[in-house]
Amino acid sequence: MYKYDTYDQAMVDARVEEFRDQVRRRLEGHITEDQFKPLRLMNGLYLQLHAYMLRVAIPYGTLSSAQMRMLGDIADKYDRGYGHFTTRQNIQYNWIKLEDAGDILADLASVEMHAIQTSGNCIRNTTSDQYAGAAADEVVDPRPYAELIRQWSTFHPEFSFLPRKFKMAVIASDIDRAAMKLHDIGIQIVKNEAGEIGAAFYVGGGMGRTPMIAPCINPFVPIDQFITYSEACLRVYNRYGRRDNKYKARIKILVHELGKDEYTRQVEEEFAHLLSQNIEPPLAELERIKAMFADPPFEAGAPDELDRSDPDFALWVDNNCVTHKQPGYIAATISLKPVGGIPGDASGEQIRLMADLAKQYSFDELRVTHAQNIVLPHVKKADLYTLWQVLEANGLGTPNLDLVGDIIACPGLDYCSLANARSIPVAQKISQRLSDKQQEIGELKLKISGCINACGHHHAGHIGILGVDRKGVENYQLLLGGSEAADTSLGQITGPGFDEDGIVDAVEKATQVYLANKEGTERFLDTYRRIGMAPFKEALYG
Amino acid sequence: MAEVQFRFRNDEPVADPAVTVDSFGEQSNAAAVRLEPGDDARDLIPHLDRLQLIEVNFPVFGDGRGYSAARILREAGYAGELRAVGDVLVDQIAFLRRCGFDAFAPEVPLDPADAEAAFNRFAEVYQPTTDGRAAIWAKRHG
Repeated sequence: MYKYDTYDQAMVDARVEEFRDQVRRRLEGHITEDQFKPLRLMNGLYLQLHAYMLRVAIPYGTLSSAQMRMLGDIADKYDRGYGHFTTRQNIQYNWIKLEDAGDILADLASVEMHAIQTSGNCIRNTTSDQYAGAAADEVVDPRPYAELIRQWSTFHPEFSFLPRKFKMAVIASDIDRAAMKLHDIGIQIVKNEAGEIGAAFYVGGGMGRTPMIAPCINPFVPIDQFITYSEACLRVYNRYGRRDNKYKARIKILVHELGKDEYTRQVEEEFAHLLSQNIEPPLAELERIKAMFADPPFEAGAPDELDRSDPDFALWVDNNCVTHKQPGYIAATISLKPVGGIPGDASGEQIRLMADLAKQYSFDELRVTHAQNIVLPHVKKADLYTLWQVLEANGLGTPNLDLVGDIIACPGLDYCSLANARSIPVAQKISQRLSDKQQEIGELKLKISGCINACGHHHAGHIGILGVDRKGVENYQLLLGGSEAADTSLGQITGPGFDEDGIVDAVEKATQVYLANKEGTERFLDTYRRIGMAPFKEALYG
Repeated sequence: MAEVQFRFRNDEPVADPAVTVDSFGEQSNAAAVRLEPGDDARDLIPHLDRLQLIEVNFPVFGDGRGYSAARILREAGYAGELRAVGDVLVDQIAFLRRCGFDAFAPEVPLDPADAEAAFNRFAEVYQPTTDGRAAIWAKRHG
């Protein structure tokens, strides 16, 4: 794991002081709410429907147990005992007082954490593969590259007032677990035929009201130039991205309007110029960071067998655990999606428990996934049954990873000032309705957004739900066929929307159409792609 | 016209009023020009030798195109005064300074103590620009 040195620490400490000063000036009335807004936003502080919401950065979703424990303590001390893990691998607190914000940032800084650039029109927290460093299929661990981006993008002087927010993701395997092509910049670390490491750049993806899949603009940027290349991508965007309409201000619109080829040409021209400016960190810096992501001391020859005699345990293993690159180990996902629960929520007590379990069973490490779950990345198979028993006893053993109950949902109208409709109650009702069927249905990624901004990734759900406001009444549109994986696709709307109970029925009907038409080992998505929309429409509206 | 409140240069300020980029093309002796957000800073590159003042206007602080304009001019070797004018707020001045601005004429004058604190808040920086400050990575591997 990355450890701050005195430079990194001084940076976040200075930020705490700066923010305390900004809050003071606001509370004393020296600056208006309009002037304060971009400042608090750049510190992850939103004014929501009922209170301030604080979003804390978890760079590339990686946490130590000490950091996780602090997140639990903050939930209890400053919030109402809960934290909400987000689709950006971050955590949000929904009940924050402005006067406490400086103290919370100071508590975070004491464990090498911050809320820098978790909102605002700047480069946001970089996300990555939740199984980084554990996955059997990765070319390299993508996190050192993401950390280099974190440092480069932190307080970037040129890119702090972009046309709109800017999200980057870094992966290093062909299986995309981070929805990389749905980011402003998605980077896949690759190896060329000569065995050299480079970065493939996908630019201009995104969700929101105009979802786009990012095209590849350069399949191989040498790794000792990829920060410079990122800078070129951003500079072209900062200069020419639209600023006349906030709904057309994301880079996807620029890339779309210029065309991929013209955007790429401008980037390459800027890149050629920037190469002369010596802005790229030396490879020695990458090596310094990489050393901190070295494998933990795995036990060689750890037994690779599991005792599967307890059927509940076997079910959890089959659903929630994935193969580890190290024999004798496994990566285990803790589902934050209990039947009828609020997706991504965990109590302060549960957060501290997960911290303790990471310390005891996973070399002190945890990951937050963009699907709002927690991963213990390096669990010895011999410990797995004991670990599972503790999880099970504390409401954290739900065996539903990637099943229909593993719903991604935005906070919706229960918290968010932008939302048109509630997401959480819909998620809870669907989770309850289909809980008995979910093992039979198999992999089905269901994603719910409470407005067109698409924080719940509804475009990328095998089943997506979009909440809209129709003449003052909450209404829910159903989408089918989206995917955020390597075969990225955008879901299609089935037809007229439904009310809250109607959408629950509609999802159930869609699963029935799948089960009736399924061939062999097809997943919901495969069947949909084979048979198309018509049979689903017939069942929903016929 | 707002006064220059902060200036990090020792030379005499140029007396000429800054002209628009359009009229600058016609007035071959103008020494001062004013860039609006939509202007292309690179259009000035052939003329940098005779320019002593480039004003970059920020009609609203959230329009960040002027940050790129400033860096482009400095990267091209411009050594004259680079002045940020308009909606220039205390929480932007450190970023502006890093992009190459060495004069500030905020529409609404800033509290001098707040501005002083803002200019000096961050002792270290992660990125090199043309402002001469060494990036943290350079110090780590110096």
